[in-house]
Amino acid sequence: MLPLPPFTYHAPATLPEALSLLSEHGMDALPMAGGTDLLVNLKHRLYDARHVVGLRGLPELRGIREEPDGAVVLGALTPIAELTRNPLVRSRLPSLAAAAGAIAGPQLREMGTLGGNLCLDTRCVYVNQSRFWRQALGGCLKKDGTTCHVVPGGRNCVAAASCDTAPVLATLGARVNLASVAGEREVTVAALYVADGIRNHVRRPDELLVSVRVPPLPAGLVAGFAKLRMREAIDFPALSIAVALLAPGGRVERVAVTVGALAARPHAVAGLERFRGRIWGRDVADEIGALTRRQCHPLANINVDPEWRREVLAVHVRRAFAAAGALPAG
Amino acid sequence: MPGPREVVPFTVNGDAVAPAVSPHTTLLEALREDLSLTGSKQGCDKGDCGACTVLLDGVPVLACLTLAVEVRGRRVTTIEGLAKGPKLDPIQEAFDACGALQCGFCQSGMMVSARALLDRNPRPSRREIEEALSGNLCRCTGYTKILEAVQVASGQCRPGEGALLTGLDPGAPPPSLASGGGEGSQGPGDPREEPLFPARAGGRGEGGTRAGGVAESDR
Repeated sequence: MLPLPPFTYHAPATLPEALSLLSEHGMDALPMAGGTDLLVNLKHRLYDARHVVGLRGLPELRGIREEPDGAVVLGALTPIAELTRNPLVRSRLPSLAAAAGAIAGPQLREMGTLGGNLCLDTRCVYVNQSRFWRQALGGCLKKDGTTCHVVPGGRNCVAAASCDTAPVLATLGARVNLASVAGEREVTVAALYVADGIRNHVRRPDELLVSVRVPPLPAGLVAGFAKLRMREAIDFPALSIAVALLAPGGRVERVAVTVGALAARPHAVAGLERFRGRIWGRDVADEIGALTRRQCHPLANINVDPEWRREVLAVHVRRAFAAAGALPAG
Repeated sequence: MPGPREVVPFTVNGDAVAPAVSPHTTLLEALREDLSLTGSKQGCDKGDCGACTVLLDGVPVLACLTLAVEVRGRRVTTIEGLAKGPKLDPIQEAFDACGALQCGFCQSGMMVSARALLDRNPRPSRREIEEALSGNLCRCTGYTKILEAVQVASGQCRPGEGALLTGLDPGAPPPSLASGGGEGSQGPGDPREEPLFPARAGGRGEGGTRAGGVAESDR
């Protein structure tokens, strides 16, 4: 039994009302969409906030629409399950639909939301535990302690970004709209995250993630997703890999690879511009896989052998390209 | 200061109820402790096991991660609501006929998830049943008979015949680990078939891949 701590629950009916509540209570308030991450973390006493602001009633955070320029705008409250069945998402953003379908299990996909997934708290085998368990270890950098149990002597929390939609949206150049009482701002999904597992995104406590905008994608761009996890359902990622490729006439013009479930920030593989102009094929995909492996160093923050995760990185890059239809199967 | 208890009206299994709950009371606690509906089980209490699955406006959700104050005015169906008077739901009949339980702790959640599936898809494929029940854990690992019971409940076979519908012999790997099948397959050379780490046993390497195809059968 994991009882929730007492808190005051607010149910604002409009976005301005919600933003003024967040502004008023600051760090003492937690915005809650589906609650599938937040309530578990509250049960584990990871947060000390005394106010929960329920976002369920905010019409401004709902809906999926296509803009005249071809951009797709997704409301932050869009359920994960809706991303898997919405015709516009399935046809225009198939790698996002695939990533959404690989999140958790059916019940949690109905409850959880896109905004909640993007703002998912980082995860670590040493922190996502009951308070009793953590106290036995003396806490850690992220909560109630001064020691990192993953990186001995480490001073920077390396809890893992475990949101499967973020790598996909990063490879597609998506941006999020953040609102506060002071106004709105746009941040790219790639720039939303920072390398600090204690708070790995730049959304301020008084801000809400309102929507995600995926820009019009060039004709011919293909995108794919591959995920490693111990079971095919429920589990958070042990690797979460998204790719996007534009290769008109079979020649690489642009390629992007982002890897999640490493440390606090999804890693955008660097140096991919070197493949520009190459004739696309399995050999290029394998070189990209090898480059990804060189840059990515899975840690013992997830309960899946880091060495093994590193060994299978390149395979999953190839699988993501195959899922995108960019490689012949096999 | 935590907010005061408030009266939250909603319907459970067709009955109007209005328990007085605290803001931090979960729907599961309200059902079990305030309304004495103990059929929904408290398993992990953190969203891993599915034992507390209920239908909220017909959609399967986890009652342990739902605040009671957030179901105001909504329609909740628990395992107690599946039977209509003395008449059991076909899913309950089938679980009984197939012996689809061992300790029984996961059973209410399994049957509620199965009800949600059959409500939207009266004749699901084996793969669709696996997918619909993939958020419900059975730690006795009695999955074979549970999957068969849903096939029986949907009138697709009789008790004991479920394995025949998969087209697999009992020793064969389950469909999700085999040829990929269905419209989500990448064809004969499906990359998911490639062993990731053949030296290590147990299908571990196959466990996580999610292809980019979005066909239902691919999930």
